[in-house]
Amino acid sequence: MKAQPIGGRLVSPVTLVLSVLVLLAAFFGAQRFLFGFNSVANINDGYPWGIWIAWDVVIGTGLACGGYALALLIYIANKSQYHPLMRPALLASVFGYTLGGISVIFDLGRYWNFWHILFPTYQQYGSVMVEVALCVAAYIIVLWIEFSPVLCEKLGLPGLKKFTDKWMFLIIALGILLPTMHQSSLGSLLIVYGAQISPLWQTLFLPLLFLISAVAMGYAVVVFEACTSTAGFKRKIDHELPLIASLSKIMAYLLVAFIVIRLGDIVVRGAFGSMFTEGVKSFMFWVEMTLFALPVAMLLSPGVKRDAKIYFLAACSMLLAAVLYRIDAYLVGYDTGPGWHYFPAVPEIMITIGIVAFEILGYIYFVRFFPVLPGQGSDQTH
Amino acid sequence: MTLDRRNFMKAALGGSAAAAAAVSLAPNPALARDNKQMPPKALGLLFDSTLCIGCKACVKSCKEANGMPAEFSTPDKLWDTPLDLSGKTLNVIKSYAEGTSDVKDREGNGYAFVKKSCLHCVDPSCVSACPVTAMSKDPETGIVGYDPDKCIGCRYCVAACPFGVPRFQYDTATPRIQKCQLCKHLLPEGKFAACAEVCPTGATLFGPVELLKAEASRRLELEAGSAAVYPRGNIESPFPSHEKPAPEYKKRIYGEKEIGGTQMMLLAGMSFGKLGYPDLPEQSFAAKSESLQHGLYGGMILPLVALAGLAYAAKRTVGTGSGEKGE
Repeated sequence: MKAQPIGGRLVSPVTLVLSVLVLLAAFFGAQRFLFGFNSVANINDGYPWGIWIAWDVVIGTGLACGGYALALLIYIANKSQYHPLMRPALLASVFGYTLGGISVIFDLGRYWNFWHILFPTYQQYGSVMVEVALCVAAYIIVLWIEFSPVLCEKLGLPGLKKFTDKWMFLIIALGILLPTMHQSSLGSLLIVYGAQISPLWQTLFLPLLFLISAVAMGYAVVVFEACTSTAGFKRKIDHELPLIASLSKIMAYLLVAFIVIRLGDIVVRGAFGSMFTEGVKSFMFWVEMTLFALPVAMLLSPGVKRDAKIYFLAACSMLLAAVLYRIDAYLVGYDTGPGWHYFPAVPEIMITIGIVAFEILGYIYFVRFFPVLPGQGSDQTH
Repeated sequence: MTLDRRNFMKAALGGSAAAAAAVSLAPNPALARDNKQMPPKALGLLFDSTLCIGCKACVKSCKEANGMPAEFSTPDKLWDTPLDLSGKTLNVIKSYAEGTSDVKDREGNGYAFVKKSCLHCVDPSCVSACPVTAMSKDPETGIVGYDPDKCIGCRYCVAACPFGVPRFQYDTATPRIQKCQLCKHLLPEGKFAACAEVCPTGATLFGPVELLKAEASRRLELEAGSAAVYPRGNIESPFPSHEKPAPEYKKRIYGEKEIGGTQMMLLAGMSFGKLGYPDLPEQSFAAKSESLQHGLYGGMILPLVALAGLAYAAKRTVGTGSGEKGE
């Protein structure tokens, strides 16, 4: 099952639509840089961080945790049977993180100074954001090195591959340490907000909860990708089903840990009442918790007959839950005083959609022309 | 395949065990930090809502002293009428009105005025949040200043401030953060905060925080209705004072303890919550956030230990694995 390019044509209705979305985003992006945020976005002083942070960075990198979560299994727990899933997961991680990193430029008001955050003479080490920025930047480089064997195989650079192979253990270690650090810190970012975040989300356990849910997102995304890319590229799922089954189970155990810690923490902090008294926030909390609990029921209860569909649905529920958890922590649970409202403007959403479209385009290009997906022999359609 | 649960737990949490444990247990107490202390020569303001007559002379003088543009909220656009702090307004007077608004400084059927501008926290969230030291606290005067040349425009300070003070300019391609810097540019000329300089009643009083605090305590001990004298301008060299019967104060100096104290303090005749100043804990959010952060990453000890452990584990599996390496 050596990885092979699946070939095929690049121009298709799907890729055309994606390209149009990318162009639209470029148009609105140009507007933002020429005329300021107001021309395209609804962010304001009550909600200075909108979807360009909550989605593009916080959720975007969370969804790109497949490579990280699999590396934990394959290289730390020594479960080499998951190897066939690694390249596609890594590809999604490379794109997710690279685009997440680049999209920050859209959100930085004084983007021409962005390099300050990487320079010690400017850095302020009490700021959680410094840690996030450094770790994300370093991890993007690490991801490209981890992915480089794929490029080397295609481009025929055995010398470079030999060199990276020799040091790969260190790169892999960094590739686990860095996401552990910044995925937890994406939660810690909110601690300095203090009482502005509802007690349903504000806790010193934010880093742990963000970390656990990011790893679970990693497994869910791998399952999701395996299911959609088999459907999308008309491949058979038989080879991958046992792996998907065991990954799903790991995800379910992580979710149990997440739910126990989250509820326990809320009760211990005396915020139990907030689960019912905070209106929309309480409602969103329950939607979130239901979506977190559903995969546990689907994957661990003895009565359920588990097939590809169940694994796919469980992964979807998990992803929705983790996405909502992040949106709630950053936006719904955030209240800076009366009179402020935020809902993203259409051009603001289009920029985010354009970034996602660019990611998917890149994914399609790479799996068609680079050895990413596990080879399957004759049953591919070209 | 069957899942070995113990192995899985090792896998999922193994590499991050050190970090996760440090989060769940108390952060390293040696690296935890308390609230920061008031700087030796801290300067600030004392705002007394019971003295404020809502004339907004301070709003205008602030604009002049800081070269800020007018902000229109009426259709004819004749007057500078800011409704709130913004990228164009560093200081604003807001009013509270309830029912028939008959009596000043009374909650029911009453009204009051309140000043909104930077409180110059002793341990500011904005300074703790800022990744590039664009927000900084002067070690001598404690004034919280802003340097646009360092700023990357991330607006973490805007989001973090519990008082909603730093504001951003969303309507320009070269935006800045805007906030009160206590007219620090006027201090070398022997002048002081423009808002206090023009205040006709002494409602906004400038000076060293220590003196302002003593003045606030003095006022809280006045008997309601008794003749009282109020200094105006700068408490160290006041203008001719203002006389008026003492009001019935809420027995509280807002800013004495809130999130570790602030250098602008407030007095009022009604609950501060009604005037838009929330109840806040005594521990600063900056101390909380930085204790956690330094507990995890202080000296980079935990991350380096974790890296060594991960590198060892990865070397073992990459070296003896199925031969497929490096993905």
